[in-house]
Amino acid sequence: MQVDGLENTGRAQPILTARRAGLVACSVCGKVHAAGSDRCRRCHAPLHSRAPASLQRVWAWWLAGLVAYIPANIYPMLRTATFGHETKNTIVGGVIELMQHGSYFVAGVVFSASVMIPVGKFIAIAYLAISVRYVSALRVHTRQHLYEVVEFIGRWSMIDVFVVAILSALVQFKFVASVHPGVAAVSFALSVAFTMLSAQSFDSRLIWDADEEDQE
Amino acid sequence: MQVALADDGQTEHLDLEGLIACPVCDALHNLHPVPVGEIARCHRCHSTLMAPRASAMTQIVMLAASALILMVAAVFFPFLDLSAAGFSQESSVIDAITAFSDGLLFPLSFAVAALIVVLPAIRLAAILYVLGPMMIGERPARHAIPAFRLAEALKPWSMAEIFVVGVAVALVKIGGMAQVHVGPAFWAFVALVVITALKDTFMCRLTVWKTLEERSQS
Repeated sequence: MQVDGLENTGRAQPILTARRAGLVACSVCGKVHAAGSDRCRRCHAPLHSRAPASLQRVWAWWLAGLVAYIPANIYPMLRTATFGHETKNTIVGGVIELMQHGSYFVAGVVFSASVMIPVGKFIAIAYLAISVRYVSALRVHTRQHLYEVVEFIGRWSMIDVFVVAILSALVQFKFVASVHPGVAAVSFALSVAFTMLSAQSFDSRLIWDADEEDQE
Repeated sequence: MQVALADDGQTEHLDLEGLIACPVCDALHNLHPVPVGEIARCHRCHSTLMAPRASAMTQIVMLAASALILMVAAVFFPFLDLSAAGFSQESSVIDAITAFSDGLLFPLSFAVAALIVVLPAIRLAAILYVLGPMMIGERPARHAIPAFRLAEALKPWSMAEIFVVGVAVALVKIGGMAQVHVGPAFWAFVALVVITALKDTFMCRLTVWKTLEERSQS
């Protein structure tokens, strides 16, 4: 370990950030530039001390994701036709059916990916976006950790969309049995994409700025 | 490679080249060489800044090349074979992708194709393009910088590993009504996922950027 924070133990003085030092840091490659530079010299990414309008973009994508999530739960995800008789399954309906078959583990996987992760993500992103404006109950490291979890886990919600894709490709036995994707598959996929964009729009440096201000 | 901290508030005489800011929390650090095999963490948010490894570049290039070859196998070989009530159906990944191509759901087939095949393939190709020439000691390729930024931006959108879990769930769902056999493409896909995950743990973002910069200048 080359990095030691000895001078910062006990938080005797505020930590020196690039912004405090009057510099601009590249959020892609970490290179430090003089204030006023607009492109990173190393990776050519646009430079911003803090991502512009970060919170507005977070809320816009968040809302779009929430709007898309509603039809995803109301309309059928999967239409199964067996001998001319069609059954429609919503997300939750599919989970219940799996449980009736006794596949509790897989039902759990689908339930966490399609219900718990998206709902938890809406709450977590909203909490993070609000907490940078107001004093937060959670420690700053906990909030950073929460953000990393949201970024990492959000994409796994796509499982159900892929399940629908595979089933529709596999189960095509004309009259005997056939599976078709429902409208909810589209709106659910959109909802996941929008919340991923929402999480990506969030500038994690805002979490640490808020912490800095609290201490002063 | 380097890192340690500058925290004495004497910003006037800071040499910008000798500094690095944590991309996560903006804390400034001094650059000191980081020995191979060690991990340099941000002293404020503890996220990993640099984790150089011995011969990482060769390993990454080899793994990315293998993953790209496996991708071709995974897309075109039969993926799953399903039989029920005297009917038999063989599907490749291409079939899974075109399953959505009827009617309103057409755009979704594009999205699925992009997420499980196109974007992962582009990402692997971009990494090969960036690191390949550097591995054999050449100067970085002409568009290496935008290519590596593209590879990093595509990271959350390459969902091959999620697709594999989706396949497992789908198998359980149809297990009751039909017999399913997994084809060679399925194993190619599983191998691809493992190799991609290995490659991503070897790859240290800031080290690659630093190396790219140094090699471009020399």
